[in-house]
Amino acid sequence: MAIAETRLIFKHIDSPGYTNDIDCYLKNGGYSTLRKAITMKTAEIITEVKTSGLRGRGGAGFPTGVKWGFIDPTKNTKPVYLICNADESEPGTFKDRQIIHKDPHQLIEGMIISCFANNVKLAYLYIRGEFPEGAKILERACNEARAKNFLGKNILGTGYDLEIYIHRGAGAYICGEETGLIESLEGKRAYPRIKPPYFPAVLGLYMSPTIVNNVETLCNIIHVLQMGGANFAKLGKPNNTGTRVLCVSGDVVKPGYYEFEVGALTLGQLIYEVCGGIKNGKKLKAIIPGGSSAKVLKAGERYKIKQKQADGTMIDVDLALEDIPMDFDTMAAVGSMAGSGGVIVMDETRSMPECLANISEFYAHESCGQCTPCREGSLWMKKITTRIRDGKATVEDVGVLKNVADNIAGRTICAFGEACSWPVQSFVTKFKEEFETVAGNGAKK
Amino acid sequence: MSCEVKVSKEFESKVDETITHYPVSKRSASLPLLHLWQEEFGYVSNQGVEWIAAKLDLQPINVYELVTFYPMFREQPAGKIQFRVCRTLSCALAGGYELFDHLKKNCKIEGDGHHGPAVSPEGKYSIEFVECLASCGTGPVLMVNDDFYEQVSNDKANELVKKYG
Ligand SMILES: Cc1cc2nc3c(=O)[nH]c(=O)nc-3n(C[C@H](O)[C@H](O)[C@H](O)COP(=O)(O)O)c2cc1C
Ligand code: SF4
Ligand code: FES
Repeated sequence: MAIAETRLIFKHIDSPGYTNDIDCYLKNGGYSTLRKAITMKTAEIITEVKTSGLRGRGGAGFPTGVKWGFIDPTKNTKPVYLICNADESEPGTFKDRQIIHKDPHQLIEGMIISCFANNVKLAYLYIRGEFPEGAKILERACNEARAKNFLGKNILGTGYDLEIYIHRGAGAYICGEETGLIESLEGKRAYPRIKPPYFPAVLGLYMSPTIVNNVETLCNIIHVLQMGGANFAKLGKPNNTGTRVLCVSGDVVKPGYYEFEVGALTLGQLIYEVCGGIKNGKKLKAIIPGGSSAKVLKAGERYKIKQKQADGTMIDVDLALEDIPMDFDTMAAVGSMAGSGGVIVMDETRSMPECLANISEFYAHESCGQCTPCREGSLWMKKITTRIRDGKATVEDVGVLKNVADNIAGRTICAFGEACSWPVQSFVTKFKEEFETVAGNGAKK
Repeated sequence: MSCEVKVSKEFESKVDETITHYPVSKRSASLPLLHLWQEEFGYVSNQGVEWIAAKLDLQPINVYELVTFYPMFREQPAGKIQFRVCRTLSCALAGGYELFDHLKKNCKIEGDGHHGPAVSPEGKYSIEFVECLASCGTGPVLMVNDDFYEQVSNDKANELVKKYG
């Protein structure tokens, strides 16, 4: 393998002899960062996180320090809550499961430090219902941490009290959306809340300021404090700092999870060098770079974008698909997104109408149903894509499909509207000819 | 409203302990209680809804609307051995649909199983498609009851049917 991984979050995961109990974690230096954190002022910790440039790993890439900074401890009189988003359900994403199963104490330590920094006394870890074993592992990890006084009353003699409870979801993708998650945690249907306020940090759980962070984000907090925010910021690229766990699935020789400095490698390097290329000697057809809601990239495409140089000047560059560096900003510049880090690869034999019909069925099933454009539109997109896939549509249906998608995005309560329409818009635009051919000619899948 | 259903002391104490996790609002315990109920009784009956509602000082509709919203809760029993096969893209590329059909045939299950279990005639097996189980790199994947399996070939599926049967 040409490019070396930088394993921060996955440092111990899969290494021989590493187990998920607290003794093993302690032997490897676990909870020493918590010991350091409790000697710091909370404002100092938040400053380190701001300096680190860490951006959320849940999908939106929002700067974590900025999010935490929304809560002004001098003005706020309500209790602050923290919720770890372990709903991991964006198709193509499978990193949080690994952390939960194989290194749960890293997550718990990251959570405790984050709670301490934000003066949180009660925190929840919202884990998707389909991870029953993960929930048990985390329960045990919390009990172990409680027994060592890393959690509970008067943590390590500081006078600081914290409780973390594991809360299981029940199979609804929309619980990953942070305000849907909060509603769900309040014991209601997971209907995302109308914005503003844009951030639960303003108004969240039980009408109180609430921090929602992804599993990988919270693990990163340990590493930020361990190496210091400024050193953390040296990893990766400006505005795209630290490492990122990339999950690759689909038609590659070696699918799996790999951790690199953000932007350290290109999409081409990831697929051809790290993952051993396309399976069975086939050629590449398409890539979804950041979870199934990210816009698809087509083999052979070129992208004219502006790229920031080291000295801060902007230059025009012309990138091939394979040359796109895996960072937040470039992925956005080429018209897609780094999203949740889930890279799905499709080879030349794959039918794009079939792939899109699969994705559209997912979104039709998962729409929470609150907004008419999303509820009705996602269902129609499923019906039309299925019809096209089965060759039972007309050429005009392809245009109708695109039109439905265009009328969802931007007209809904939550970003699910974008999540369900982006795949449709991009697949249909980029593979128009294939869709029109398959739609009209009764072609078999 | 009748709540004549008898639950064991053990069950009730588990429920009471769970409610303590939500000191700010008991209502937050709705989902955990539904999980406990379904684990104990196999599905969520009307009685279950009423019992939980009474426990949490809620109206039954507040609980029932959760049962109909969250895909994991059932109003009828599923099979004793439940297969949940991932349907989503990466697994589909790796043969998830073929696996689903194979298992269905093997367990003699009629019915669709697209979201919501299809049960075999004698009630032993049930199968359903579920969405991405967050293990897309090792597809096709499935769950048998609460256990999780990756890279499930048809042969491996046959073994699982034997193992749990
Ligand atoms: C439809 C939808 C689904 C989402 N699913 C997840 C998820 O499964 N896990 C996650 O961490 N974030 C998910 N998010 C993002 C969360 O809303 C939120 O931005 C994130 O948890 C914040 O954490 P971060 O700042 O650490 O990234 C989803 C967002 C949307 C709109
Ligand atoms: S956009 Fe869709 S998922 Fe989001 S609130 Fe509206 S209906 Fe629900
Ligand atoms: S697509 Fe099957 S686990 Fe993700």
